[in-house]
Amino acid sequence: MFDLDLWREIFQSINKNRVRSLLSGFTVSFAILLFVILFGIANGLKNTFKEAFGNDALNRVFVNSGRTVSASEGLQAGRRIQFKNEDYNFIKDEFQDKVEFITGQINKNVNASFRNEKNNYNVRAIHPDHQFIENTEIKEGRFINQNDLNNTTKVVVIGRLVEEDLFLQTKALGKYINLSGIPYKIVGVFADDGGDSEERLIYMPITTAQRVYGNNDDIDQITLTYNPELNYDQALAFSNLLTSKLKDRFSVSATDQRAIRVHNLATEAKRVNIFNLALTSIILIIGLGTLIAGVVGISNIMIFIVKERTKEIGIRKALGASPRSIVSIILIECIIVTTIAGYVGLLIGFGVLKLSGPGLAAYMIKDPYVSTSLVISATITLILAGAIAGYFPAKRASNIKPIVAIRNE
Amino acid sequence: MIVKPISYNDINVNKMLEIRNLHKSYPIGDSSLHVLKGINLTVEDGEMVAIMGSSGSGKSTLLNIIGMLDEADSGEYILDGLPIKNLTEKKAALYRNKFLGFIFQSFNLINYKTALENVALPLYYQGMSRKERQELAMFHLGKVGLTEWSHHLPKELSGGQKQRVAIARALAANPKLLLADEPTGALDSGTSYEIMKFIQDLNDEGKTILMVTHEEDIANMCKRIVRLRDGVIMEDTKITQVRAQQYV
Repeated sequence: MFDLDLWREIFQSINKNRVRSLLSGFTVSFAILLFVILFGIANGLKNTFKEAFGNDALNRVFVNSGRTVSASEGLQAGRRIQFKNEDYNFIKDEFQDKVEFITGQINKNVNASFRNEKNNYNVRAIHPDHQFIENTEIKEGRFINQNDLNNTTKVVVIGRLVEEDLFLQTKALGKYINLSGIPYKIVGVFADDGGDSEERLIYMPITTAQRVYGNNDDIDQITLTYNPELNYDQALAFSNLLTSKLKDRFSVSATDQRAIRVHNLATEAKRVNIFNLALTSIILIIGLGTLIAGVVGISNIMIFIVKERTKEIGIRKALGASPRSIVSIILIECIIVTTIAGYVGLLIGFGVLKLSGPGLAAYMIKDPYVSTSLVISATITLILAGAIAGYFPAKRASNIKPIVAIRNE
Repeated sequence: MIVKPISYNDINVNKMLEIRNLHKSYPIGDSSLHVLKGINLTVEDGEMVAIMGSSGSGKSTLLNIIGMLDEADSGEYILDGLPIKNLTEKKAALYRNKFLGFIFQSFNLINYKTALENVALPLYYQGMSRKERQELAMFHLGKVGLTEWSHHLPKELSGGQKQRVAIARALAANPKLLLADEPTGALDSGTSYEIMKFIQDLNDEGKTILMVTHEEDIANMCKRIVRLRDGVIMEDTKITQVRAQQYV
């Protein structure tokens, strides 16, 4: 039921008691403003943290080899361990259900040139799974595939910055790039948010590299991701088992820490998760704290407003106002002021975050933002709290004997 | 103790209000203060009654009970044939709005509303349309001679003008009974007589008026004086009205 006169009464009361309306509005605006800014900053911190880890898979395990430090099974110390294709296949077969993606890796430094442009780049020869482990984003063309490996084709996938460096304004896709004297066809261009050095890489089929650089089946490093369904303990158990199986395979002493090195990111991942959890808790506490402060503020103001209006309430009652009309006039006024003030606080808060966002990047705060729905729920919480806080004193005031209310000075 | 007897078998249609054996006490700490100790009072239609008494005699309490601003502990109160008892707040609000008009010593205007809006307020609570109530409020403001001040706020008006706005407001809802609690208490004597002239004019038009005052000259401008002392009626006499016109 829309009662124009009721609204007229309320807007007159808000308008004529501007100081009171502004003060109560200010409390709400300020609470929402603080809420938005603090939450935004906390989210910005979280973003920075997230970015520091890039989008590389966090369930990675790196397998490296080195020289043995102790003699074992009749073999001398100082022996060099070298992985081969068969070791790659061994891991793949042995841990079928535990391994999600797996790739071997050979690193070479090459002089690359296209027409007159020359530069030095790292070539990374890999298996196709590498794309998923590094979360490489293909901009054009495709990534290295199994066909390339089977046929040891001379194809490469180059980083965005390699294209920029060597091909200037032209498209690299489909052209031939010269790597230390051998031409390779460019079948893809990729981007990676891991930073500039990641985008100055050149990917090549591992079999091609093995044939071109030594005609062997050596692998420098094996990188894999474990099944994401494994929990932290299972992941550690898996990498421990992998280590001991590899050590057996190469007759390396179980205590040798250098010959076979398996590095499991699960440890880091756990730390990241704990940090994230801590950050989330801090954000929650901040949000809750600001909200509680706002609720207390608006409650105080409502009690004050009802106290201030007691005499008016008495007069209205003497003139025939029902208790209900008294309560509704106070509550609706409170809700209107809170809503408008909350909206103002929200706008200012968003404005502040938007303006200060770029400047805050230097302080480890990236893209500070708060979702609109979150702020709206915060505002609604304040409105409800204000309404509840206002209801009880308003109800009490509406039930005071008019004469007592009128005498209240 | 002199109590004017009420004849119960004389049921007169002209009776505006009838009070029988009214008691009221206020709690003070552990004990209680017995303010009204069995009041019997009948007021007929068209009367103008002054209730007098020193402070603490219970005169304001009596007026507030009559005005349904306060409740009696025991006793009967019949207003225009309607027994007033165990009213809900809602019902009390309705009766106050329909039957009663109030004039207070401290005017009790709503300070952020103009004179016109103050006068129109009881009509708002009657559910009258905006246009109607503004016309009616303007008419009543005209009757107290404040047409030109209709859009002024209370703080821009003198004490006398404020009380005239309050009178216009009390009259706006066309009440059966006008209750005035020291209506001239906050005014100088010149302005007091002016206000009394308005009230006498209203009584001449037929309005029943009940007024609490402690000023003899104001009481003498009524037609009947009821004197209270320590919660009982000491004296109840009809007098010859002194007209306020001659002092204005």
